[in-house]
Amino acid sequence: MKKHSRFQGTKINPSRFHKSQIRYILTVSPIVAFMILPLIYIFNHAFKPLEELFYYPPKFIVEKPTLANFVRLFQVTGTSGIPMSRYFFNSIIVTILVLVFSVLISTMAGYALSKLNFKGKKAINEINTLALMFVGIAVTIPRYLVVEKLGLIDNFFVHVLPYLAIPVGLFLIKQFIDQIPNELIDASRVDGANEWQIYRKIILPLIKPAIATIVILSFQTVWNSSDTSTTYINNDVLKTFAFYMNTLTANTNGVAGQGMAAAASLIMFLPNLIIFVIMQSKVMDTMAHSGIK
Amino acid sequence: MTSLAAVIKKPKSKAVKERQKIAYLFVTPYVLMFTIFIVIPVIAAILLSFTYFDAVRFPEWVGFENYINILTNDDVFMQYVIPNTMKYAIIVGPGGYILSFLLAWMLAQMAPKIRTILALIIYSPSLTSGITMAVLWRVIFAGDNTGYLNSVLLTLGVIVEPIIWLQSQDFLLTIMIVVTLWSSMGVGFLAILAGILNVNQELYEAGYLDGIRNKFQEMLYITIPSIKPQMLFGAVVAIVGTFSASGIGVALSGSNPTPQYAGQLIVNHIEYYGFYKYEMGYAAALSVILLIVVYLFSRLAFRLFGSKDE
Repeated sequence: MKKHSRFQGTKINPSRFHKSQIRYILTVSPIVAFMILPLIYIFNHAFKPLEELFYYPPKFIVEKPTLANFVRLFQVTGTSGIPMSRYFFNSIIVTILVLVFSVLISTMAGYALSKLNFKGKKAINEINTLALMFVGIAVTIPRYLVVEKLGLIDNFFVHVLPYLAIPVGLFLIKQFIDQIPNELIDASRVDGANEWQIYRKIILPLIKPAIATIVILSFQTVWNSSDTSTTYINNDVLKTFAFYMNTLTANTNGVAGQGMAAAASLIMFLPNLIIFVIMQSKVMDTMAHSGIK
Repeated sequence: MTSLAAVIKKPKSKAVKERQKIAYLFVTPYVLMFTIFIVIPVIAAILLSFTYFDAVRFPEWVGFENYINILTNDDVFMQYVIPNTMKYAIIVGPGGYILSFLLAWMLAQMAPKIRTILALIIYSPSLTSGITMAVLWRVIFAGDNTGYLNSVLLTLGVIVEPIIWLQSQDFLLTIMIVVTLWSSMGVGFLAILAGILNVNQELYEAGYLDGIRNKFQEMLYITIPSIKPQMLFGAVVAIVGTFSASGIGVALSGSNPTPQYAGQLIVNHIEYYGFYKYEMGYAAALSVILLIVVYLFSRLAFRLFGSKDE
């Protein structure tokens, strides 16, 4: 016990603060500052009134915060005359559909690939691990051709479908299910539960941390993505919020545009941050099982 | 006896068969989506890479011509794209990866509260999308004296005239590297952090009894070997993330090709040929090369951290 408390200061994962930790805090602080400065800058820029945006030399911190940038952002309707609320609505629907279906699809597949025996299981697992190395941006063009062949151009669901199979997501879910003891599943089979019931009543509740992680990863990808709107959608009414934000901020140069751009970035960024803060302990729990063996 | 065995055996094999069927039902939706949006596009890219295809007429088989042209006839590729991509990939990939390990390692030595806050700060830039942020980076790196960086440097007297950062042959690539590194401490960083936090404490105590003398030896002989699987996951995520984020140069400078090809990476080169010049076969060959490069880097990571090669 005595030895243990002597060890406390330098050991990994200490339970409380000790002055020997200060050197680590000092070492990481410049990097932490570098990481957080752009974020502080967006926050401040987004709430600056017009005259502060014109300040020279530019001031980092906002003096008289105002919502004017947000108001202007919401009043501007694109050149096509479609109100911003429409894009916002599209994005929310797309995000919800992707979250629900990607969680459903990857947890079902994860359960089968981890706990059920069937032909081709090993091959699917191996191909999925291989697909962790897949860079989607490399196949933008063939993907476009596939989507075109399927007749999905200008179809609303083209925002959803490409994001349903996420190799990293399935991988994390499967690793997490691997930790669940087989006895638990065998016992419920003896009790007469069928596979669907086992999946719903045993697996799903036990893998909530992994599900939280998939939700965050999917949300981040879908909410921030303007690729599907750019590549597959010509009809303006069907485009998403991220796309609208991009074109709006890219086309509005000048100082007033910068204020709106900051407001737009903040709207894009905040939901990601909030969801992550709420779920961060679950994410860390999942990440502990993330290793590739 | 035999009939009894048959009675017992029969329902069991039936249950197993039933379970197989259900297993297929469970994996089918994923496999279907995976096939449509990942497998088929990759195969299509490979097939198209051997054709001339202008997106209008039917692809015409040309054998290895595209690959030969890439390697012998594409001056932009050889002079700018390859050196740029290598410089970018080496600094952002292994550099960012080592940085994320060191950060995670140092955070793991801190008390839980301060660790959580700092981890959140380090992770949160990865929640922004590069493209959305590009507009704001453009303000920070604006080419006149209203740009934040120019303003600071002018005030400090480091420079006399504002620098047009994002159109500059000397700075664009560096800025891309900085911006990507800023947003690269994502899932891989969290995985490594979680891995380090979950290393069995007794290993450290045993290690010190066995003659480990300092923190560096501790990191090398206990921490890293214990978290090899997470290190491998982090490495694969870092490699993929590096290449996926590499469209940033076009977003920052606002044009493809980037000014004097200063920030032209292989991903931009693919899009330039595919969407601007409509040489789909050529673009596909470039895509295949990119996928092979990513695959080779990942194999290297498997060599370093995989448990199979031990």
